[in-house]
Amino acid sequence: MNHKLLALAGALALAQAMVHAQTSSTDEIAKYRQMLADGNPAELWEMRGEELWKTKAGPNQVSLERCDLGLGPGVVKGAYVTLPRYFKDVNKVMDLEARLVYCRTTLQGLTQAEATQTPFGSTAKQSTIEALVAYITSESRGMKMAAPTGHPLEKQAYEDGKKLFYLRGGSHDFACATCHSADGKRIRLQELPNILNPANAQMAYTTWPAYRVSQGEVRTMQHRLNDCYRQQRFPEPVYASDALTALTMFLAKNAEGGVYAAPALKR
Amino acid sequence: MITKTIRASVLALLATGATGAAIAADKGPTALEMISKDFRSKGPATLERVLAQDEAQQLCSAYPMQRSAKINAQIEASQTKTIKYPADGVYLGKWQEGEKVAQSGRGMQSSDAVGAPNGGNCYACHQISKQEISFGNIGPSLYQYGKLRGNSEAVLKYTWAKIYNAQAFTACSNMPRFGHNGVLTEAQIKDVMALLLDPASPANQ
Amino acid sequence: MGNPMRIRASLTGDTVEVKVLMRHDMETGLRKDAAGALIPALFIKNLVAKHKDKVVLDANFGPSVSKDPFLSFKFKGGAAGDKVSITWTDTAGDSRTDEASIT
Repeated sequence: MNHKLLALAGALALAQAMVHAQTSSTDEIAKYRQMLADGNPAELWEMRGEELWKTKAGPNQVSLERCDLGLGPGVVKGAYVTLPRYFKDVNKVMDLEARLVYCRTTLQGLTQAEATQTPFGSTAKQSTIEALVAYITSESRGMKMAAPTGHPLEKQAYEDGKKLFYLRGGSHDFACATCHSADGKRIRLQELPNILNPANAQMAYTTWPAYRVSQGEVRTMQHRLNDCYRQQRFPEPVYASDALTALTMFLAKNAEGGVYAAPALKR
Repeated sequence: MITKTIRASVLALLATGATGAAIAADKGPTALEMISKDFRSKGPATLERVLAQDEAQQLCSAYPMQRSAKINAQIEASQTKTIKYPADGVYLGKWQEGEKVAQSGRGMQSSDAVGAPNGGNCYACHQISKQEISFGNIGPSLYQYGKLRGNSEAVLKYTWAKIYNAQAFTACSNMPRFGHNGVLTEAQIKDVMALLLDPASPANQ
Repeated sequence: MGNPMRIRASLTGDTVEVKVLMRHDMETGLRKDAAGALIPALFIKNLVAKHKDKVVLDANFGPSVSKDPFLSFKFKGGAAGDKVSITWTDTAGDSRTDEASIT
């Protein structure tokens, strides 16, 4: 009798210890994040990006200060939270990075290859794009997500993104929805935002781009989507392509109303 | 590519106005058309494979959140037919190797080498051993899996089938179809079986 | 010339808190590249902080300091508007100096 009670008590203590170990891991990660939030290296990318925005470049030797991100030429403040959006000059929906490629090619005269070079930086190669995105997005800090869906093409982009979100395929039968359509899920100890839950979608979308400590680089939404597809066992999406714009529109619209808080800091 | 017979049966099911929320058809490109246009094969992650959606993937994409009992039954029946049990009748391998398979998240990604061995990445979604506290919760806990169920022929066959093709039991399950999709070899599945069912395995301590 | 730093110096009561963000790879010399070769060490080895002309912090950094270092320290005797300057030097002899005013 005593043995059984002891065994039961032992098992319960163990179970509690396990739950505690699990909760304290995620608590510790949260504490670590708070500590790091004080000195976010992303600010250095923002500084570099601001300089790049104002620097003459390309064969046309013009700066990006004439680039229209949706609120008029050169208007950076508040532009990001209104993206992706329809642009009349190209008659299509563009997200930030697609629009930057457009400005760099049409205004500055860079080739498509030059304008899409090194979208994801490394120790060996700095990325101009990541710095520009860090600067532009920082100018929307504190503002509410408001990607427009009034135009028919904007509505279509949202629907196209939704189709991609639910597409199951490849060797592992994964869709975005496999990991991102239920509350309270995590892979290993990494919590997963439920994109169909507005609060989760807001928190997820408003914290990209981010300085990723594990990579030592500022990573943009294009990188996040590229990395998601890689882990989904899908082929590689083309940088700043229409498919990624559509998926970004789906995410941005689901995050509507969220207060933009990036460039942020992540593991 | 999608064979005529599969397309016909899928269309028939969709046409019968099967209940369950479906993704609305619209004027834009289909998801596969977008993949075809904007994605490129890389390493083992090929365009061809994604474009060759099978019946389960088609139906589960069209009815992601829930579907009628009829469609569920249809999927579960077709997936059950794919299960191949070990030819030698031996179900259990080595749990130590099974633990390695459960810990490894590599394989079939565009960043992996073509032909390199794949992991099962079980810990991404499941608790298994007591010691491994870094586990996900997309799937149920498998801690003490064997201890709670024993090693009867029925349990061995069920567990094998579940790993081989989880959709034989739950249509549109989030769990990859490790055997049917060729992610894990027969030997690897035997090792994972041992991790779950061998009384000496850390999962059952 | 190294990459620009971001410096913030704020006065509360009689104490100035300085926060510095530096952009530096801080290679330890122990990492290997994809081919298996060692990546040569390159890290900040010394950092000096001055309040006007007075040294308030003199630090030896080493390879244990992580990439893109963040430094935070406090000192007394500063007034709003005073200049705080930071200079780092790395193992390749490269250096960077930036300054900020105390707010």
